[in-house]
Amino acid sequence: LVCLCLGPGAGQDVGRSCILVSIAGKNVMLDCGMHMGYNDDRRFPDFSYITQNGRLTDFLDCVIISHFHLDHCGALPYFSEMVGYDGPIYMTHPTKAICPILLEDYRKITVDKKGETNFFTSQMIKDCMKKVVAVHLHQTVQVDEELEIKAYYAGHVLGAAMFQIKVGCESVVYTGDYNMTPDRHLGAAWIDKCRPDLLISESTYATTIRDSKRCRERDFLKKVHETVERGGKVLIPVFALGRAQELCILLETFWERMNLKAPIYFSTGLTEKANHYYKLFITWTNQKIRKTFVQRNMFEFKHIKAFDRAFADNPGPMVVFATPGMLHAGQSLQIFRKWAGNEKNMVIMPGYCVQGTVGHKILSGQRKLEMEGRQILEVKMQVEYMSFSAHADAKGIMQLIRQAEPRNVLLVHGEAKKMEFLKQKIEQEFHVNCYMPANGETTTILTNPSIPVDISLGLLKRETAIGLLPDVKKPKLMHGTLIMKDNSFRLVSPEQALKELGLAEHQLRFTCRVHIQDPRKEHETVLRVYNHLKGVLKDYSVQHLPDGSITVESILIQATAHSEDQGTKVLLVSWTYQDEELGSYLTSLLKKGLPPSTS
Amino acid sequence: MAAHLKKRVYEEFTKVVQQQHEDLSAKKLRLTKPSKSAALHVDLCKATSPADALQYLLQFARKPVEVESVEGVVRILLEHYYKENDASVRLKIASLLGLLSKTAGFSPDCIMDDAINTLQNEKSHQVLAQLLDTLLVIGTKLTENPSVRMRLVEVACKHLTDSSHGVRNKCLQLIGCLGPVEKGVAKEVESQAAKDVQKIIGDHFNDQDPRVRTAAIKAMLQLHERGLKLQQAIYSQACKLLADDYEQVRSAAVQLIWVLSQLYPESIVPIPSSNEEIRLVDDAFGKICHMVSDGSWVVRVQAAKLLGSMQQVSSHFLEQTLDKKLMSDLRRKRTAHERAKELYSSGEFSSGRKWGDDAPKEEIDTGAVNLIESGACGAFVHGLEDEMYEVRIAAVEALCMLAQSSPSFAEKCLDFLVDMFNDEIEEVRLQSIHTMRKISHNITLREDQLDTVLAVLEDSSRDIREALHELLCCTNVSTKEGIHLALVELLKNLTKYPTDRESIWKCLKFLGSRHPTLVLPLVPELLSTHPFFDTPEPDMDDPAYIAVLVLIFNAAKSCPTMPALFSDHTFRHYAYLRDSLSHLVPPLRLPGRKLLSSPVSPSITPHEDPSQQFLHQSLERVYNLQHLDPQGVQELLEFTIRDLQRLGELQSELAGMADFTATYLQCQLLLIKALQEKLWNVAAPLYLKQNALASAAAKQILEETYKMEFMYSGVESRQVVIIHHMRLQAKALQLIVTARTTRGVEPLFGMCEKFLQEVDSFQRCFISELPHMQGSFVDKLLDLMPRLVTSKPSEVVKILQTTLRQSTFLHLPLPEQLHRATANIIEPTGESDNPLRFTSGLVVALDVDATLEHVQDPQGTVKVQVLYPDGQAQIIHPKPADFRNPGPGRHRLITQVYLSHTAWTEPCQIEVRLLLAYNSNRSKASAKIPKSTWNESLEALPQSENGIEGTIPFSKPVKVYIMPKPARR
Repeated sequence: LVCLCLGPGAGQDVGRSCILVSIAGKNVMLDCGMHMGYNDDRRFPDFSYITQNGRLTDFLDCVIISHFHLDHCGALPYFSEMVGYDGPIYMTHPTKAICPILLEDYRKITVDKKGETNFFTSQMIKDCMKKVVAVHLHQTVQVDEELEIKAYYAGHVLGAAMFQIKVGCESVVYTGDYNMTPDRHLGAAWIDKCRPDLLISESTYATTIRDSKRCRERDFLKKVHETVERGGKVLIPVFALGRAQELCILLETFWERMNLKAPIYFSTGLTEKANHYYKLFITWTNQKIRKTFVQRNMFEFKHIKAFDRAFADNPGPMVVFATPGMLHAGQSLQIFRKWAGNEKNMVIMPGYCVQGTVGHKILSGQRKLEMEGRQILEVKMQVEYMSFSAHADAKGIMQLIRQAEPRNVLLVHGEAKKMEFLKQKIEQEFHVNCYMPANGETTTILTNPSIPVDISLGLLKRETAIGLLPDVKKPKLMHGTLIMKDNSFRLVSPEQALKELGLAEHQLRFTCRVHIQDPRKEHETVLRVYNHLKGVLKDYSVQHLPDGSITVESILIQATAHSEDQGTKVLLVSWTYQDEELGSYLTSLLKKGLPPSTS
Repeated sequence: MAAHLKKRVYEEFTKVVQQQHEDLSAKKLRLTKPSKSAALHVDLCKATSPADALQYLLQFARKPVEVESVEGVVRILLEHYYKENDASVRLKIASLLGLLSKTAGFSPDCIMDDAINTLQNEKSHQVLAQLLDTLLVIGTKLTENPSVRMRLVEVACKHLTDSSHGVRNKCLQLIGCLGPVEKGVAKEVESQAAKDVQKIIGDHFNDQDPRVRTAAIKAMLQLHERGLKLQQAIYSQACKLLADDYEQVRSAAVQLIWVLSQLYPESIVPIPSSNEEIRLVDDAFGKICHMVSDGSWVVRVQAAKLLGSMQQVSSHFLEQTLDKKLMSDLRRKRTAHERAKELYSSGEFSSGRKWGDDAPKEEIDTGAVNLIESGACGAFVHGLEDEMYEVRIAAVEALCMLAQSSPSFAEKCLDFLVDMFNDEIEEVRLQSIHTMRKISHNITLREDQLDTVLAVLEDSSRDIREALHELLCCTNVSTKEGIHLALVELLKNLTKYPTDRESIWKCLKFLGSRHPTLVLPLVPELLSTHPFFDTPEPDMDDPAYIAVLVLIFNAAKSCPTMPALFSDHTFRHYAYLRDSLSHLVPPLRLPGRKLLSSPVSPSITPHEDPSQQFLHQSLERVYNLQHLDPQGVQELLEFTIRDLQRLGELQSELAGMADFTATYLQCQLLLIKALQEKLWNVAAPLYLKQNALASAAAKQILEETYKMEFMYSGVESRQVVIIHHMRLQAKALQLIVTARTTRGVEPLFGMCEKFLQEVDSFQRCFISELPHMQGSFVDKLLDLMPRLVTSKPSEVVKILQTTLRQSTFLHLPLPEQLHRATANIIEPTGESDNPLRFTSGLVVALDVDATLEHVQDPQGTVKVQVLYPDGQAQIIHPKPADFRNPGPGRHRLITQVYLSHTAWTEPCQIEVRLLLAYNSNRSKASAKIPKSTWNESLEALPQSENGIEGTIPFSKPVKVYIMPKPARR
């Protein structure tokens, strides 16, 4: 029985991922995210919801973090250090490496820049990370005797993983965020046919089927190339991790291929650190990078150099990646202001922009921006939009479901309306139940757990020896006695069971009378029956005994004339309950009557 | 050191081979025969423990057993088999039985009964499986005997119920390999078993063990390969196997489905969950398409590959593979391809992309959207986007094959192929360019597609660029803007990579001749002519200008109005180019052109193939005039040689022929000249100088004959005779000259002996050709042979001298096709002034890039020679993998040459050239160099004057500036 509680976040909502799963008595928390949109208490999940009073450590068996994005791990230090949790936290190696960098950066922005108090400290991040246990891909980690987890590759960002949580024979797969189409630096998500009881899937793009990535890439490269050839400058505002690396690889390889000379710069700081980790975790990247790293690590960029503020005024073409991605502050905005006036230049927005940011304004076509101090900035440079998103689209989600073959699907991390569509599709295509709980809603899923039973080898061999080879598709009938004792099940042979229980054996016989219209004499009838049975039951030993009865295996058939009507013979069929199958078959056979005699 | 070691290894290896030869001699066999089996017997009896016995058997297995003694050995083994209790020893014996029955020339039917008998009592599953394997070996050796096969199949069927997967596996394999296939036999006695074979195998499709399931499918495929027509009923079973948990089962099932779809393409199958029915091939196609998004990449590769060969599939299904309905928030979205097409058709070409340009338009009915359907939807879209490049390559190949058979599909898949030009892996890019070229007759490129294609021209990989040039050669472009765009991009390419010159010119040649009407309106712009003003005359040596002219002249060939647009200097340039780049510039019919034309190119006359005629005429002339006075003959030969060489330069298709004959005539000329020396009759010491001339001539003739024999492809035996004959004459000349100059008689003995031997071998080799050689040198020589053998060397020399003078000049018949092997070193260019510096004693790698044409078996014959200034020469054998084959008759050598030398004080030039190795003892076909020598064996050979014995230099040497620095301490 799997019970699922969507306590604090996620649900039909993007951001603040936090899911609580209770599986066969074990409680597991999946992800511990924060909501970017809020600046008050609402940004963290409400952990008091989990246990009204009482310690979290006692209640939760483990916490699993799927990847390093803040909406999946942002609340972790708060949760473990401020609320108080001392149990194990599982994440993959790259996530463990990169996660603290992001948390620290996030802390700096909130505390140092915005001056908030009552926030977690650097020390707390460090302490929190000490509780983390790193796992490898496809490594089965035994959390305790019963609970085990296993990570699968998920694409999306470096180190993103899907987790299978298994207790006994019940299992849940949590996908986190994943991507089914490979990109320039990461491969596609993959899972084996693990047939979990429940698949918890993200559904960001529940209603979208995306175009091929190649067109977008080609467009992007063409735009950049043309601008650079014209002598213009290209600004690409990005967030430090994830897409930025993809675009870097894309440009780097393009520069290499086309022998271009224009410099590419990358704003320093966070990104440099992150690139370092990308270099280290080569095994987590895609085929091309993995195969070529012996010659050259693709993340050791030849053409991409660190950016210095002074470079922005250099003449000639250049490409600059700068943070943050929405042009709302920082270096990217500074560069933008410098370059906006020249129509030769170009800005490419590689992602979605929140309303109110400069990025959103220019994308929606605004050409005159009001900056601080009532300055009017006229935007003459070209503005391009390229979407590079690393979430699975509807087709990808369906593909994953097809690969894993779950018995139930639960959609999270998406918008309710869109999820509705996907839910309907999943139910229609795979004929499995699909759920989409709201925040705080609990979903209970009934499972059909298989119960292991011990069987003695002797009995197993004896039983399989009877009849045909075992067949996967057909259930096999076995005879034995089930003994339930001390919370364990055993299947033993009846004799042994009798012995163990100290009982005497009773014989149980069924007898049945079958009337047959046959005017001949009794022994002739018997002979006919014998011949008939011999003809039909080729695989069994049919014997005609001297006393005028017939045995089929252990079944006895006797014929007597009917007391009233000599033309009717009464066949007496008698069998023990072990031969029930054959016996009932025999009676039904005889009831159909004998074939017209040939003699 | 390594090379030395290797040599030793080879030496040892060859020793072993020799011993084996001794073994095989009949005498030895008789000796070893009894001892071998007896020794084994003794050994096995001696063995105290199973481990010991196993050791003996292992030792025994290492040695080969002769055919005669196989049976005896088998008997002994079987004897021990029955006695043996240990399963592992029995296993080894069983495997040895299989090994022994493989022995060539041994008929295993005598041991079959025993092998089957052993099966009966065997308990161990592993041994059983091994025994079945042995039976399989026996069965495959006795395939002609149906009763043996029947028996083996029966045995296999009996063991199919075994509980071990290994045994079942082998049984199925056996049935698959030996099961009855012929219909005729089936009707007679074994009708039951024959009918059942498919059923028996089919039953195991549902086996509990995936390995057995795989084996069952493989057995079925094996039956198919052997010619059994599989029943259609299997199809539904196979379809179920597609959903198997194990990848090898799925992979095999995909194959089986493909086979069935080829067998029964037109039969009708129902669609589950609806009442509709479709053709089986369509259904199978849909199912295999589905497998393109399988979880295992092995299956995906398999599926993608097979898709390509399903040509019978209906176009409706085929086109679905490229269709992936896009949507965003439940609204239909157009793909970037569709948008590009629309932009193009609306006439607005390069519009800046805005945010929301791809905004979804119409609402979609939620019910109509099929996210995962059984159909073929988007199979190729997925395949081309796969993360494994193996899958992508397979998908591109499949796309190519399907597009070749369906023009409408070709048109549709174009967008996707164009997209693949930007793949991250070069192999995939290259493959897709090749694919595009293969289907180019079916397609016309739109401007925006052309744009993307042309963008790849800037690729830094030469392979890619050249492939793209090839593609452009046979592409159809729809508009004049397209042509212009292509030209501009090609010129850009030219400035960026000047080495691509030839390839680009060639590309433009075809582009021009394919699109004359599209080029026409561009001419004024391209030539920058102006209606009123004279424009400056462009630089004739500018490769870019030549490129433009090549395009225009080729277009003008089929567009008579075009020359009217030319300005004066264009005509002059035409004449120049027609002369210097005759393979690129076609003959044009120009007004007033005749006056300008040079006398050497009479090709405007409408005679068919005038140059060929010219060739034959000039040869005719030479052959007819053999009895003129020596002076006249010499002059005529000289002129003819000059003409032929010129012709070869002008007419690329006749170059081989012309060069070949010119070389031959050159030899003849040299011979005549040598014989014409007036001082032949004077006493020896007086004309040493002339002798030098004669001996040089002899030497040169020898070299030229080797060139003629080995450098041309398409040389037939008729020519080879004449070449050898010429060589014989040269050798005779050499002999005469030596006889004249040396004092003593002793050295002459040896030479005469050798010469006569050669004459003899010539006679033996070309006995069939001798009748054609009436009156020739060799003919006369053979007549005089009895005299020659008995006479003294001085006599011989005298006879030779007279025969040589009297012999007539042989007519050289020309083969149909004759091509001269050429090589052109592209890199190093030899233009660099910067010396390549390296520390002396260490090694520097020099990249060598060369194109080879008409070289047969380049892997075996082409070598790189490095000549150092101190006269040291080094020959490097490139690895076979360094040769690529971009087209028929063409090869490309891209290799690295390791240089090393002691320290120099000044940078100095070394020469790099390519050599064509030949072996003068053997014929051309067997001139392969033994495999063992290719790897990096650097042999310093003594340098002769003009190349090395056994090799012909066939490329221009390239100079590389190097500077080994003394090592710093």
